[in-house]
Amino acid sequence: MKKRWTLAHLEDRAMRTIMQLASLVLVGVLAAILVTIFIRGLPFLDLDLITKTPQGGFFLGGEGGILNAIVGSLLLAGGGTLLALFISLPIAFGINVYTGASRLASLLRMALDVLWGIPSLVYGAFGFTIMIAFGMRASLGAGILVLTLLQIPIMVRSMDEVMRMVPSELSQAAYSLGATRLEAAWSVLVRQALPGLVTAVLLAFGRGIGDAASVLFTAGFSDRIPTSLASPSASLPLAVFFQLGSPFPEVRGNGYATALVLTVLILFISMLSRFLARRLSRNVIR
Amino acid sequence: METQIKIRDLNVYYNKVHALKDINLDLPRGQITVIVGPSGCGKSTLLKTLNRFHDLADDTQVTGHVELDGVDLYAPDVEVTEVRTKVGLIAQRPFPLPMSIFENVAYGMRIHKLARGKELRDKVKHYLEVAGLWDEVKGRLNTPARDLSIGQQQRLCLARGLAVEPEVILGDEPTSSLDPISAKFIEERLEELKKDYTVVLVSHVLRQARHLADYLVFMYLGEVVEAGPAEQVLNAPKNDRTRAYLQGEFY
Amino acid sequence: MQNTQDSKLHTQARRIRKDELAARNYRLAASFPLFLLLIMVVGFFLRTQPLLEHSSVWEILSGMQWRPSAGEFGLLTFISGTLSVTLLALLLAAPLCMLTSLFLVEYAKRRALTAILPAIDLLAGIPSVVYGVWGLLVIVPLVPQISSFVQPWLGSIPLFAANNPTGYSILSGGIVLAVMISPIIISVSIEVLRSVPDGLRHGSLALGATRWQTIKKVVLPRAMPGLIAAIVMGLSRAFGETLAVMMVVGNTPLIPRSIFDPGYPLTALIANNYGEMMSIPLYDSALMGAALLLLVIVIIFNLGAALVLIRANRRAQV
Repeated sequence: MKKRWTLAHLEDRAMRTIMQLASLVLVGVLAAILVTIFIRGLPFLDLDLITKTPQGGFFLGGEGGILNAIVGSLLLAGGGTLLALFISLPIAFGINVYTGASRLASLLRMALDVLWGIPSLVYGAFGFTIMIAFGMRASLGAGILVLTLLQIPIMVRSMDEVMRMVPSELSQAAYSLGATRLEAAWSVLVRQALPGLVTAVLLAFGRGIGDAASVLFTAGFSDRIPTSLASPSASLPLAVFFQLGSPFPEVRGNGYATALVLTVLILFISMLSRFLARRLSRNVIR
Repeated sequence: METQIKIRDLNVYYNKVHALKDINLDLPRGQITVIVGPSGCGKSTLLKTLNRFHDLADDTQVTGHVELDGVDLYAPDVEVTEVRTKVGLIAQRPFPLPMSIFENVAYGMRIHKLARGKELRDKVKHYLEVAGLWDEVKGRLNTPARDLSIGQQQRLCLARGLAVEPEVILGDEPTSSLDPISAKFIEERLEELKKDYTVVLVSHVLRQARHLADYLVFMYLGEVVEAGPAEQVLNAPKNDRTRAYLQGEFY
Repeated sequence: MQNTQDSKLHTQARRIRKDELAARNYRLAASFPLFLLLIMVVGFFLRTQPLLEHSSVWEILSGMQWRPSAGEFGLLTFISGTLSVTLLALLLAAPLCMLTSLFLVEYAKRRALTAILPAIDLLAGIPSVVYGVWGLLVIVPLVPQISSFVQPWLGSIPLFAANNPTGYSILSGGIVLAVMISPIIISVSIEVLRSVPDGLRHGSLALGATRWQTIKKVVLPRAMPGLIAAIVMGLSRAFGETLAVMMVVGNTPLIPRSIFDPGYPLTALIANNYGEMMSIPLYDSALMGAALLLLVIVIIFNLGAALVLIRANRRAQV
């Protein structure tokens, strides 16, 4: 039973080494991205950048900050998430509680998967044609609507996954006490799936903040903080994009800093989602 | 009685839990050893030390020696895949590999390059016969193994295990997931197999132990309480705990 | 007594009515995704209609000339841009991601996996524009160096020819997209691999198989459909990505011959020109046609992946 270097063992060793290398390269590159963004962004990050709107000639190296984009992004993603939540929860209920494991349910899930895979640019173009048809201009409201469409499949599909994980015995327990499907859904399903639902909402919120191509068409861009749903709104990803297109190093630097702000915001949302999921899972039956 | 497996000062820790404590055992060649004891006493843990399955979990630590025919399985220069070739395992639940019935039995022989072509086909037939499955599957060797009933799957796993020509067969409650008829079938196979193999079984069914065991090991809380020829342990247990267990006082 | 009985029955009837009403509404809500999908396809199709009356589908798909003012709307340049960037991303990401997921699930310690998994999910949520910034800062300057490094050996092969002194290239786009989609692919692949029951692995290992033999013959065949789905998921993300690619790919309307050539993907075409699309006749129709093309291809991808999964699930009911 002594160790021998048979072909099989050499192959095992070789594959293991290759896999280890691949993992190191990939994890290294991914970590390097965060490091790059921090190193290049930090020197340009100051209080003015995140507390002021662009002053005259900001994109030519002038004074000001990106508060318009921060507020704009939060409004766009917040509004979109809220609307999407109101539409997604009934859809998820409809699929899980009222269509069950039928063929229709799997068709709907497939449609949602397709919708999830559709590029945000296509959503943007779709929103744009509708805006033109109704004679609307690029605005906060239009941006929110398009983000809603973009977020619905993400939210529904994630909610659907958590709801499916809820053991059917739990709902059956509610049924056996005489609850209707609606009552069982709201009392058992929502409570048991709550941590997952919160994660789904925050996931969609994060995607809303990070998405650029859809709001490019529909929300436009503005140096001012939007005052109504009809006024155009800036967003962080587009602010990054426009600043990086500038020939002025100072403006490009602000772009790196903006990318850093965006990244930190996303990291914060991600951690918040983890924290909330843990906090809320106290009442969950395992 | 000739000793084939010699266990000396064996200790196993899961994280910080001391799961097996100073095990010393001599298991006889060509006989059926049955390890019994209440659940959580370390029966399966002990069994898994015999084919080094604890290597697969990174939070489990094994110290001490397990010798098979005088070779320490835990010596640093021992190849673990060789250990597992010599010491076969039938799991609690059958897990047919995701391939045809034929390929399931041929799998190990292909890996170890034991046979090919006509010889391989003959050997597959032979081991399916030994496992008592040949007549039921000879017409559909190329159908997926998962289409078999669970009792047939367990016999397939037996054939698969025998095909790599082990010397020892371990069984981790191999009949616990089966219906009574399939269970009886497997038991009959094992009785026949002890002609050519050493068999070590974990069982929580006393009836099975009484029926199959030549040598009996009783464990409690990670320790071997009593071990000896089955007749003696069953009829005249020396230890009070063993007696209580045999009378069905605790499980 | 009679009264309480009555009110009880009354409450119950109300509860049941409410449930039935909810059933109708929720089922209606559930059909929304199908409805939305249909509206999108039909909407884009109607908007593309004027262009289709002007020139045939084949002319549009295979045309090399993009001159809106002359009424020429050939999309081949842009299609080739999209395809080459996506293909490159796939070639880079798929093997690396498969190897990494396999290592993390099959070889690495549990603790390493549980430590890395949240980080991977975190990276999957980073906006694409951030990956674009990284590409601009790191990859674009790096690509000319890669190019001059490989020229002595591979320069004579057209695929690696250096005709472009800048780093704004198909390769840059491919690398940025590959890195962008890899957290998604890894995260899904790990889930797929972990759903392969340990009993199967143990069945193979107990026969004295090595880890790699077990992976090759047992784990991979079982996990393959899920892994393919994971790659397709990443693929459609790469395919439809706009900003991150636009930032590094050069946006030069030429069919790329070498990985160091610039390209011009469909998404960049739409994003760069939507502002003036109402100014020239049929321009808007052509851009919406490009969007329709993206939509149709993504739908085909997804349906294909879904079919693979459904068929595999039917087969793998172990």
